[in-house]
Amino acid sequence: MVVMSKEKFDYFINGEKGKYEVIIGLEVHAQVLSNSKLFSGSSTKFGADPNNQVSLIDSAFPGMLPVINEECIKQAVKTGLGLNAKINNYSVFDRKNYFYADLPQGYQISQYKNPIVGEGKVMLDMPYGSKEVGIERLHLEQDAGKSIHDMDPSNTYVDLNRSGIALMEIVSKPDIRSPEEVNAYIKKLRTIMRYLGTCDGNMQEGSLRADVNVSVRKVGDKKLGTRCEIKNVNSIKFMQMAIEYEAKRQVELLDNGKNIEQETRLFDTKKNETRSMRSKEDAHDYRYFPDPDLLPLTLEKKMVDDLKKSLPELPDKKKERFIKEYGLSPYEANVLVSEKAISDYYEEVAKLSDKKLAANWMMGDLFAMLNDKGLSILTSPVSAKNLAELVKSIKSSEISGRIAKEVFEIMVQSGDNPKKIIESKGMKQQSDPKELEKMINQILTKNKDKVDQYKAGKEKLFGFFVGEVMKLSGGKANPQLTNEILKKLLTG
Amino acid sequence: MNDLTNQSLKEIVENVRLKKISSLDLTQAYIKNIEGAKKLNTFVTTTFDQALQKAKQFDQRPNYDQILPGIPLAVKDLFCTENVKTTAGSNILNNFVPSYESTVTKNLWDSGAFLLGKLNCDEFAMGSSNETSFFGNVINPVADQLVPGGSSGGSSSALAANLTPATIGTDTGGSIRQPASFTGTVGLKPTYGLCSRWGIVAFASSLDQAGPMTKTVTDCAIMLEAMSGFDEKDSTSINKKKEFYSKNLKDNIKGLKIGIPKEYRVDNMPKEIDELWEKGKKILKDLGAELIDISLPHTKYALPTYYIVAPAEASSNLARYDGVRYGYRSQKSKDLIDMYENTRSEGFGDEVKRRILIGTYVLSSGYYDAYYLKAQKVRQLIKKDFDNNFKKVDSILTPSTPSSAFKIGEKTNDPVSMYLNDIFTVPVNLAGLPALSLPAGVDKQGYPLGLQLIGKPLDEQKILNIGYAFEKNCGFKNKIKKWWS
Repeated sequence: MVVMSKEKFDYFINGEKGKYEVIIGLEVHAQVLSNSKLFSGSSTKFGADPNNQVSLIDSAFPGMLPVINEECIKQAVKTGLGLNAKINNYSVFDRKNYFYADLPQGYQISQYKNPIVGEGKVMLDMPYGSKEVGIERLHLEQDAGKSIHDMDPSNTYVDLNRSGIALMEIVSKPDIRSPEEVNAYIKKLRTIMRYLGTCDGNMQEGSLRADVNVSVRKVGDKKLGTRCEIKNVNSIKFMQMAIEYEAKRQVELLDNGKNIEQETRLFDTKKNETRSMRSKEDAHDYRYFPDPDLLPLTLEKKMVDDLKKSLPELPDKKKERFIKEYGLSPYEANVLVSEKAISDYYEEVAKLSDKKLAANWMMGDLFAMLNDKGLSILTSPVSAKNLAELVKSIKSSEISGRIAKEVFEIMVQSGDNPKKIIESKGMKQQSDPKELEKMINQILTKNKDKVDQYKAGKEKLFGFFVGEVMKLSGGKANPQLTNEILKKLLTG
Repeated sequence: MNDLTNQSLKEIVENVRLKKISSLDLTQAYIKNIEGAKKLNTFVTTTFDQALQKAKQFDQRPNYDQILPGIPLAVKDLFCTENVKTTAGSNILNNFVPSYESTVTKNLWDSGAFLLGKLNCDEFAMGSSNETSFFGNVINPVADQLVPGGSSGGSSSALAANLTPATIGTDTGGSIRQPASFTGTVGLKPTYGLCSRWGIVAFASSLDQAGPMTKTVTDCAIMLEAMSGFDEKDSTSINKKKEFYSKNLKDNIKGLKIGIPKEYRVDNMPKEIDELWEKGKKILKDLGAELIDISLPHTKYALPTYYIVAPAEASSNLARYDGVRYGYRSQKSKDLIDMYENTRSEGFGDEVKRRILIGTYVLSSGYYDAYYLKAQKVRQLIKKDFDNNFKKVDSILTPSTPSSAFKIGEKTNDPVSMYLNDIFTVPVNLAGLPALSLPAGVDKQGYPLGLQLIGKPLDEQKILNIGYAFEKNCGFKNKIKKWWS
């Protein structure tokens, strides 16, 4: 069993003038899983040819009006419930006004003062224990299109396929303290949303991106430092790199007696540095005001109640249950609930075989193989049923652990049922004491000199005899029985 | 038969049904009138070929059950019309041809009507005299050099000059009722949400409402019936059962209570307006209505409130005209910001720029609470004034405008005095109520003057009934002489 050591939290920046802690808050933009956009019927499918999923509404033609997509509302409410957050029965869509070529309306429809979801919380499992990160709010907004600057030397191309797709902006409280916690937080959010089916969390396709707010303060200080916002970072690794760079930059400034300017920065992934994008003075005045084309959104209590009832078991609950029901360690349970598909797979294996052994096999050989082959649990060549068979064969001593690894290899290649493999290849373990005794006697007779040496006190020769038995049996001798019989015959 | 274009819509429809006139004859008669009225500058675009074809189609396969059987109609150039240029009176949409049809015009075509052409209007419906149009000012057929009102000035002028049997406009702060009043015609601003806004070039979304402009109250009922209705494409559209306004028109208004708000007697109001109001009261009283003095105490804040809310929404609604996807784009720009600046500087006229600036200002951080938020609060108070009074009255009678039509150029250098023209019409938009402007008399120069009947939300039938009774007993007759051809 793997036991986590209770490490201590230790992420500080040692400046010349003291030790600093890093304060991080994230604004995660999660694309809502829905067939059509937030305010139009256009498809949201990824990878279509440019400007092929654009309606008159998405491209803001004169007289076009937004109509809310109820599916997106439900997805946001579900996510809010999954974040243990307050669902606001009254929320308002506002216009955030700014000009850009890939923003057809000249404003983004978003929620400003009255978001659909209020305060909530997310629990992280860190090596040093549980950590709570507060959620400030979740609101719905439209995505913008995409400007492509490198296709032509003198023109910018605009693709509006993404324009109008629903995003959930999930704003955390400044509760995060290290790049490791960022990793855990993003993964936890993603797990929850995947369980709920509200966001696919696919960072390569841009379904999950974040603006990262970073500030530093001397350990022991109560007041928050001035923060900088790093815009639109699209991988956990880049978020971590950006935070490390940014935190060091801020500490250096403070060490040199300089002030930190509140500003928006960009992370340059090639140079691994953050760069100023615009200062506070240059910040846009977005002139938010309620969108007069849309009535305030009121949620019916029944709808929220129904959604609450239909929620799947979420990772935190499932983890508790796995510990209780299957006797797993918190670490094992944590790994096995990290994805819904993994937890489903585990439960299927565990129900058909041995709970503990099933967990070991999944977290060991199965994950190593999937990782190696770049596969996911859903595309695993070894089905849950077959793995359960294998575990059962081990448990019943039909095969040894060593043989099991060989069987597993064949299962991966052929996708076959382990029973069939064991039988067709004659890999069953030899557990008949009479047969084993016959074999062992044969070896002892052949190696009389070594038997004498053993009896004279050279006890480490025991391993040699075991090895010979294994060789003779083609690895199929039951190791436990072999040991017992060997001991008996050598001392007898 | 004498000039058939002189008839009301109702008469024309009856004559078509009785096969006394064909749709083609009718269409040709209007085309002839339009061609002879270029001087009025009412049309931005004509669609004669298309109209003649539709007329022939109707005559071959007539459907007399429709509300507007084979009727040619010209509409304000703010309604998007499929494959027909739609400009909103602006240079920035000078080349814009929609691939879609607005819900309101589609409703008209589904009722048997077809398009004659697109009517001039103030740029993006911002104006009270039709002088802000990129396509030049429209002239009121009442007299040369007289404005037709605005923003639906092309509509009012074309209607009064017999260039269309009826028409539609949009009313954000009075843009149907004021031009109706200036041309001696009937104009109705329906309850906000009764007619779909889908496909209408937006000015101020929370105030914009399409409505009929006609020669008679009956025509107004016919047109409203055809154009209104729930539309799921407009989130602010009201989902209710269709009403048959023309069939249900009644002239018995005995016992109805008519409110007379003291706040509508403004300083420096011409005596003629006061006299007109008195005349209106007397007619209604003689018909058995009960007059009740009421107070709408927040009326004086309506105009400043309107001139915060409307520009604020407009500044955002007009952001889409950036030269990127459609419409005018300045060709002499070096980068994106430059393109925005040049496109919008060259594409928009002064009044539109003025309102974008006002709107941008009142929404800016630091000013939002003082202007926009406060205006929204006042708007609620104005609405409450009406709500309170509608507990005791059925309708409210006021003048439509504080004066008759003015001369072209008279107010162009004084935006505030131009804005003051909307003083009696804007409270209705802020409260989302229906209001009907009726021709009621003339001033000493013989220029028409209108009275306004304001109703409860969705109480169009009642104000149409009062208007119908009023019309029968008022004896107003538009004496427009055809001086322009």
